[in-house]
Amino acid sequence: MSESRTIVSFRDVAFEVAGVRILEGVDLSVARGETLVLLGESGCGKTTTLKLINRLIEPTEGDVVVNGRSTLAVDAVGLRRGIGYVLQEGGLFPHMTAAENVGLPLRLAGSDSGSIIARVDEMLTLVGLEPDSFANRFPHELSGGQRQRLGVARALVADPDLLLLDEPFGALNALTRAAVQQEFARIVRELGKTAVFVTHDLHEAMLLGSRIALMDKGRVVFLGTPEEFAVSTLPLARAYLATVEL
Amino acid sequence: MSFLDFITANWRELMMLTREHIVIVMLSTAFAVVLGMPLGVLLTRVRSLQVPVLGFANVMQTVPSLALFGLLIPIPFLGGIGARTAVIALALYALLPVIRNTVTGILGIDPKLREAADAMGMTNAEKLRIVELPLAAPVILTGIRVAVVISVGVATVAAAVGAGGLGTYIFRGLRQNDNNLLIAGAVASALLALLFDLALGQIERSFAIGERTQRTRRRIVGFGIVGVLAAAALIGGFAGSESSAGRASELPASGERIVVGSKDFTESIILAEILAQMLEAEGFSVGRQFELGGNLPHESLLAKAIDVYPEYTGTAFTAILKRDPITDPQAVYRETAGSYEREFGLVLSPPLGFANDFAILIRGDVARKQGLRTVSDAVPVSRDWQAGFGQDFMSRADGYPGFVRAYGFAFARQPREMDLSLTYRALAVGELDIIAGNSTDGLISALDLFQLEDDRRYFPPYEAVFVARQDKAELLRAAFERLRNTISTDEMRKMNFEVDGNKRQPRDVVAEWLREN
Repeated sequence: MSESRTIVSFRDVAFEVAGVRILEGVDLSVARGETLVLLGESGCGKTTTLKLINRLIEPTEGDVVVNGRSTLAVDAVGLRRGIGYVLQEGGLFPHMTAAENVGLPLRLAGSDSGSIIARVDEMLTLVGLEPDSFANRFPHELSGGQRQRLGVARALVADPDLLLLDEPFGALNALTRAAVQQEFARIVRELGKTAVFVTHDLHEAMLLGSRIALMDKGRVVFLGTPEEFAVSTLPLARAYLATVEL
Repeated sequence: MSFLDFITANWRELMMLTREHIVIVMLSTAFAVVLGMPLGVLLTRVRSLQVPVLGFANVMQTVPSLALFGLLIPIPFLGGIGARTAVIALALYALLPVIRNTVTGILGIDPKLREAADAMGMTNAEKLRIVELPLAAPVILTGIRVAVVISVGVATVAAAVGAGGLGTYIFRGLRQNDNNLLIAGAVASALLALLFDLALGQIERSFAIGERTQRTRRRIVGFGIVGVLAAAALIGGFAGSESSAGRASELPASGERIVVGSKDFTESIILAEILAQMLEAEGFSVGRQFELGGNLPHESLLAKAIDVYPEYTGTAFTAILKRDPITDPQAVYRETAGSYEREFGLVLSPPLGFANDFAILIRGDVARKQGLRTVSDAVPVSRDWQAGFGQDFMSRADGYPGFVRAYGFAFARQPREMDLSLTYRALAVGELDIIAGNSTDGLISALDLFQLEDDRRYFPPYEAVFVARQDKAELLRAAFERLRNTISTDEMRKMNFEVDGNKRQPRDVVAEWLREN
């Protein structure tokens, strides 16, 4: 994999908080256009790994490189504005309408309001929310699935190369989750975005991931395609697979 | 006078006091918000500051309001007497709810939202402006509402430092035994608190998350009420350009400016008004800082907030100079004048002609039935009497402890310590049986009270004088000379009764007396 195709790389990264090792010796690369799924149980370090990419936290040891530069060498605010971020339930601001939430990254970037409105409508349509009926609704007036779509729309609105998603669909019921997952897979494919996707759900990982990084106790214990994962002999991987084959 | 008649007759003054009240509350709240919100935000950023800053604000709230006013008086720039001190004191009180609710409001925001804001690449300032303050707004507004309601209440005490406001009516009502004044002051400030509470509550609700549909209507209602308050303040402003007792006179005068102070009881106000009107007649520009509570007049004199106020030699000698009481009036005057000049650089005027001694009072019918004439007469029959005294009498060197010892009183029950002006009424209705009032008080005859003679000459003499700052003494000399021995005890009692009993304005009573003398 050539360096220019690599958008994110972790070099022997460790992270420690209050003397507790959360991550140890993480080496990872994310290639442009792929969706890397970080899979693991709660506390395995997958969310920590994600937050190191947009410098919400900083590595204790090693280096995280985004677009060829160490995250510590660039301005954190600038770095984050170039990266879309989706949280569970979308992380929407409850005092803003759907349109205001989605348009916020553009407002921060200083776009004029006319172009913001046009772009927001485009994004709402992309995630399957009819602008005329949804633009002026508040988050609490929307369903969980609709909120999640808005979260994705907001992450995409400024057209970032890279998307980070922290268990975005975890709180949705099974049917909605399936629909939103399909939609997300389509959007990422159509737009050719790179995504790092955190989940504890193997089914989701197999569906969305170009590659899966299985994490356990702060280390990456498996890295490969879903097909490779399916035939892995690693006990933890087998345990995961057992839950899906039920 | 019925309450309605009273309100009709005093509408202008009531509106003016209300306006002063509103202005004091609004200014102090504005200060508290301007200072408290940034402080609160800072505390969410630098958490180690939370304990000391909130601790300070907490302590400020526990300081009794009158004590806080007293503490502020000698502080240059901040203190002094008048509305400025009141605004600062109230702002200090209002600080805690504002800071605390800003901190609680911001720290109470879902961490996921803060994470979303950070991850979006918001700067600290953007995060504060776009996310944290709007989301914390309902909680912060609650803090402001609490601050305002507290301020409306505490601002009534501000009248004691000459800040005006509705407390003026409450203090005056207590002093003059006037229910109309009391009710007007209390009801008006209660209404004000309710109105503020309602208005801010409406605004607060309009900021609640997702209340979009009702937002406009509530804002209109809220701002409507605020508008009404502001209009009331303005109208009061036009109606009341004379300004209240606690404020400077706005009479145009060419001469030098002299600020006359007074204590917070009728006689002191009358004496101060006499001097003020004489000085005005001489062409001075006169400021009035009347109705200062407790030791405030003396403190204000030392702090140069006032230039002159009426005092009693016995009070100056025992309460301010802290000497042991002596009974010779001339000796007291001489000693006091000398010590005042040496210790404070203050000058005593010649005696005004009367003394306002402590008067041991009982009900007239009791005195007549039991044939009591002197304090000594009362000692044997007083075992089961309920005594009641003002705070002043209970605490001072020449007050209660020495008095009881000198006469050998043995009250079975602990005396009640209460507001002096209330003891008169309590005595008259039989709640109390013996009190210590002032010998020149007009209420003595009005309420059919009887003054027992101080047959052991326990109380030091309380000759009325003016105390002035040395640098103003020359300007005041003529007036002081004219007042030398001109006010008899009888005249003083009459003037007191005109104000307390007949509910006339001190200004008019004094003008009348000056015409006759």
